[in-house]
Amino acid sequence: MTYDEQTLTGLNKDATEIIARYPVRRSALLPLLHLVQSVDGFVSPDGIAFCAGLVELTSAEVSAVATFYTQYKRRPNGEYAVGVCTNTLCAIMGGDELYRQVSERLGIGHDETTADGKVTLERLECNAACDYAPVMMINWEFFDDQTPETALAVIDDILAGKEVVPTRGSHKVGTFKETSRVLAGFADGRADEDQGVGAPTLAGLNVAKSQGWKEAGK
Amino acid sequence: MTDLTPVLSATWGAEKSWTLDTYTNHGGYAGLTKALAMDKPDIIAAIKDSGLRGRGGAGFPTGMKWSFLPPDDGGPRYLVVNADESEPGTCKDIPTMLSAPHTLIEGVAITSFAIGCTHAFIYVRGEVVHVYRRLMKAVEEAYAAGHLGKNIHGSGFDLEVTVHAGAGAYICGEETALLDSLEGRRGQPRLKPPFPAVAGLYARPTVVNNVESIASVPAIIDRGVEWFTSMGTERSKGMGFFSLSGHVKNPGQYEAPLGITLRELLEMAGGVREGHELKFWTPGGSSTPIFTADHLDTPLDYESVGAAGSMLGTRALQIFDETTCVVRAVTRWTEFYKHESCGKCTPCREGTFWLALILKRLEAGTGSEADIQQLLDTCDSILGRAFCALGDGATSCVTSSVKLFKEEYEAHVTQGGCPFDHSASALFDYTNDDADAPAIEEANA
Repeated sequence: MTYDEQTLTGLNKDATEIIARYPVRRSALLPLLHLVQSVDGFVSPDGIAFCAGLVELTSAEVSAVATFYTQYKRRPNGEYAVGVCTNTLCAIMGGDELYRQVSERLGIGHDETTADGKVTLERLECNAACDYAPVMMINWEFFDDQTPETALAVIDDILAGKEVVPTRGSHKVGTFKETSRVLAGFADGRADEDQGVGAPTLAGLNVAKSQGWKEAGK
Repeated sequence: MTDLTPVLSATWGAEKSWTLDTYTNHGGYAGLTKALAMDKPDIIAAIKDSGLRGRGGAGFPTGMKWSFLPPDDGGPRYLVVNADESEPGTCKDIPTMLSAPHTLIEGVAITSFAIGCTHAFIYVRGEVVHVYRRLMKAVEEAYAAGHLGKNIHGSGFDLEVTVHAGAGAYICGEETALLDSLEGRRGQPRLKPPFPAVAGLYARPTVVNNVESIASVPAIIDRGVEWFTSMGTERSKGMGFFSLSGHVKNPGQYEAPLGITLRELLEMAGGVREGHELKFWTPGGSSTPIFTADHLDTPLDYESVGAAGSMLGTRALQIFDETTCVVRAVTRWTEFYKHESCGKCTPCREGTFWLALILKRLEAGTGSEADIQQLLDTCDSILGRAFCALGDGATSCVTSSVKLFKEEYEAHVTQGGCPFDHSASALFDYTNDDADAPAIEEANA
């Protein structure tokens, strides 16, 4: 393993915390792989060996698990994982065209990374935001109701090194590594950040309010 | 006209709706207080009597699932919340956890108490980082307020809750695949029996329930079984989210009694996209056979939707207007199932591969009449023969669309291409001069 001492100390400290969350050690494997990505930007051979030692598996067994899940990257991921949903609903609402234009602007296709290591592009499957279609995700933050103009403006900001802001949820998109650390279960203190609730989320509630409806029996 | 019944969504518009303060100011955790003073079997009986059925798609009675746990043998028993919302069209659990995570946490506490669980898990899909932030924060707040942790509300009941992020795999929404994933393995379904109630997480008795099912528990305990059963139909009790998406004026979450119709929901949602008409829709996500305008008045409850040839599923109503090519829609869903098939069983792994291959050539206009029959034959080789419900679900849109829109498949064959202008379906204007150009990865290959 080639982690320097300081990195390894940090990894071990975090790993101990992760393992303590579960009654059985092996359950820590998925968060440990997110943790490895938060340091290396992908599931590196070093990271696999690190996890294998902790959960008492062989590297081959850890690789077998890691390769099953699409969020674990086998090659260094860009600082920004840009995903355009091209599952049926989003695709038809315009997701196919969004993907085409974003791909063209970046000059890369699915699962490819720009030469400067800034962006990795993906075609996404459904991300559970269908009422906000068409949807783009950047480092797993929501960019709802996209048009080619809004999506390309965000892409241009990323390429220009500017911070980008989701349309719902947090106040800024963290890096791929920062996001991976949250997914490993380490809070970043940003849970209270909010962009306001989107119209689709409140659609039914607002109709009920305007009609004076309340739930039965009240 | 059926009234909407916002229960889980009632506080979503409140200031900082996701915080413990807002939740308690609206009566939150009263259900937990009440439950902790009840006998455990009475809580299970109340959920049984309420008729609450699993809101994750299968519709299995929730209270009955709990009652299948074997008698306490002194060893651990687990509650695992399925928050891996990934069924195409389904988008209700994510806003629930984003806007009111404490409804779920309170439900977890009550359910755990009832079934004798002291360590519960919430398995949330990994692709929604802000949802994960909110859940972690809510758990932390609940611990600090004494709703979780040691000696909850002075009752002597201890509960630890772990929020766990998945890593991208639709199949982990299948309950036994989810358990394998939570155990640090590839997320592949297990042979049943034994069911999770007998041998679930770490081969211990386990209840796996969907977010919305568990989030419905506090209100049932707090307001009573009669309150809950006053909503819904004879056999489909209570309220649930109806998630409208696609070609509809105001898409979104509509919490209503089961048995409401799409006609009613569309009226509330401002109707189909201006100047267009309904062509087809899914009543419960992409794994449920599609419906048309003929089903506008079908009551959206388990029995009526089933009798009409589909499934209530997750009440994910994906609406498509007349500009939409059904072959394009079905091809894309099928590519999804092919991508997400875990590979464990041959009918699903090979079947979805062949379905996608055939559909792609049909959509491109290079298929033949025989391909349409081949689709149905391939579906026959998958349905009822796959290891889990993913394979069955993959056939739903294919068989139902061939039945309802066979002439559209034939038109692709006779015209040698897609008769539809895809740009007409999009929610924004664009000129598709380059749309037929090969994608960059294909051009580079």
